[in-house]
Amino acid sequence: MSTTKKFLYINRKAPYGTIYAWEALEVVLIGAAFEQDVSVAFMDDGVFQLVKGQDTSGIGMKNFSPTYAALGDFEITKIYVEKESLEERGLTLDDLQHLVWEDEDEDWAEKDSIRLVSRAELGDVLAEQDVLFNF
Amino acid sequence: MSMLHLVNKSPYENGNLNTASSIMNDGDVLLLIEDAVYGAVKAGKASAMLDGCKVSVLGPDLAARGISEDKLADGVDVIDYAGFVDLVEANDKVQSWL
Repeated sequence: MSTTKKFLYINRKAPYGTIYAWEALEVVLIGAAFEQDVSVAFMDDGVFQLVKGQDTSGIGMKNFSPTYAALGDFEITKIYVEKESLEERGLTLDDLQHLVWEDEDEDWAEKDSIRLVSRAELGDVLAEQDVLFNF
Repeated sequence: MSMLHLVNKSPYENGNLNTASSIMNDGDVLLLIEDAVYGAVKAGKASAMLDGCKVSVLGPDLAARGISEDKLADGVDVIDYAGFVDLVEANDKVQSWL
């Protein structure tokens, strides 16, 4: 017997100044292993986590950004990025990693994982969840 | 008497960059490190705080965050760790806005 719940992980911190982003990624992957309906949201400084081209060789920290590309393999296919947060920071979707997942029902067609949403739309996403995790 | 002002937090998260950049005197230098380097991105709203300030950013922190130098506000100087030491040495005091 199992009950699937809708889990949303909300990421609001930049990637290297604190440990939150990395910890969130680990918890997201654990949650995925329990076969829950997992979504991940990036807003405020959290949108910086997905910026492509990160190179941490000069700061002595692990570059965990390649792991986001693996989320699709863990059946995490709903990644919400808040539009207002991107715009305020001078970013566009082109500055972010292109995250995809493969749809088993459509002959493993590659589909975009990132959904660009307004703050109001993200509010609706929050409202439909069973469990919210904040990082 | 010149002062080196250090900021290490994102300007989108707290008011440290705003405080530092608005309290600086002529001849002072602002150095952005860690998450504060996001404040130097020209297209970002926070870069307006840097107007009129002499600003340096730490290159390794930019690279870690995927920010290329051509995205920076005009006049921002990219330095390495040795340049950080030079700035500390060249100014009379260091003020860290924690």
